[in-house]
Amino acid sequence: MSRDYIAKRIAKEFKNGMYVNLGIGIPTESANYIPEGTQVFLQTENGGLMFGPKPKRGESNPDIANAGAEPITMLPGGAVFDVATSFAMIRGGHIDMTVVGALEVDELGSIASWKIPGKLLTGMGGAMDLLYGCKRVVVAMMHTDKHGNSKIRKKCTLPLTAAGVVDMIITDKAVFRVAEEGLYLEELAPGVTASEVEQLTEATILNIMQWEHVLIT
Amino acid sequence: MAVQITREEAVKKIRNKSSVMIGGFLGAAVPLKMIDAIATARIKDLTVISIGAGYRGGGVDIGKLVLNKQIIKYVTSHVGTDPNLIKQIVNEEVQLELSPMGTFVERIRAGGAGLGAVVTPVGMGTEVEDMAEKIIVDGKPYLLFKPIRADVAVIKAHRCDPLGNLQYKGMSNTSPVMATAADIVIVEVDEMVDVGEIACENIGTPGIFVDYIVKGHSYEERRTIYEELWIATNKL
Repeated sequence: MSRDYIAKRIAKEFKNGMYVNLGIGIPTESANYIPEGTQVFLQTENGGLMFGPKPKRGESNPDIANAGAEPITMLPGGAVFDVATSFAMIRGGHIDMTVVGALEVDELGSIASWKIPGKLLTGMGGAMDLLYGCKRVVVAMMHTDKHGNSKIRKKCTLPLTAAGVVDMIITDKAVFRVAEEGLYLEELAPGVTASEVEQLTEATILNIMQWEHVLIT
Repeated sequence: MAVQITREEAVKKIRNKSSVMIGGFLGAAVPLKMIDAIATARIKDLTVISIGAGYRGGGVDIGKLVLNKQIIKYVTSHVGTDPNLIKQIVNEEVQLELSPMGTFVERIRAGGAGLGAVVTPVGMGTEVEDMAEKIIVDGKPYLLFKPIRADVAVIKAHRCDPLGNLQYKGMSNTSPVMATAADIVIVEVDEMVDVGEIACENIGTPGIFVDYIVKGHSYEERRTIYEELWIATNKL
């Protein structure tokens, strides 16, 4: 339910003609909700632009897959290329937006998503390149971890994936804009109050006063 | 000039302690038969250079070399798909050298293109700063990484002619860049064709980079193998 809400909310960020790279999990699910009449060019870092849904059994191409090595199809007009070209797109500033998950984000726009010392060891993959190079960075995640702790921190405690790059945070509770001076609450999820968001957010919300009298929608 | 040889002959080019680049991407578009041959030959103490680990869950493709404990060092950007490899890294049986994915690819490109280093802003402000030298260019800070080369690159392509010209069928992944950066380059292909059958504009990797050609599964066999894997792992 919350996942669906986040995926649908991400989809509102898609604008016609955008080149977008979606991270695994909820960001990838948002492709199911691209608004009608909006053309979005999806890029996958292993070397594809303008890919589509899964193929039918018996019709896959073993060399056409997404970054998770899962089968995909290429849409008419789509292109495949090598990984050096792919990262020229990513690092070179040619991708309009990336949407990624995170373990933590902070009010300075820094993001931690690749490592938990002593617990999670996977490597950063393409995340650092994407966060550095894409023109707009949207983080999509649950507002709190499974213990109920805020994932939006004053300062990330885990090793960073990138410093000061996040433009927007979409959670199951709210949407934030990350400006140079800090965090602004932009929207509340249905049924969520501003005081609830304030309580669940460790970071300072600069405009929380303006939300105090907003009624639940 | 490229020479077609058997898998058994090709695998002899790889020795204990060799550094081996393996093309593909997290199990997709990898040279399946050559990886099997390396596993069967039990060549050990390998440094494997690959953009990620093997297919999700481990034990498949490069994951076979992990299960056999043939690897002592893994140069990559991501190992999250192979729990067996992670365990060996944690137990210090395998040394891990990480770089961000784009940097990893450029390091190989630099190694193959005669460049002295890769200079990139990616990783600034993170612990990647400790993996590289910091330099200033035009007042801006960058990280300087050394090039990567290997003794042998084992890559994957769809078709090959006797001159070693390669055509890719889908995503060429890391194979084109790895083809430039090893002393010996072995390509595993779905099919062999005559000279001229691959139009010059469709040649993804020119034969100048290729030393040995090995016949792999046919395209249809490979599709069956991957579809079985994808269905078994609920991806198709």
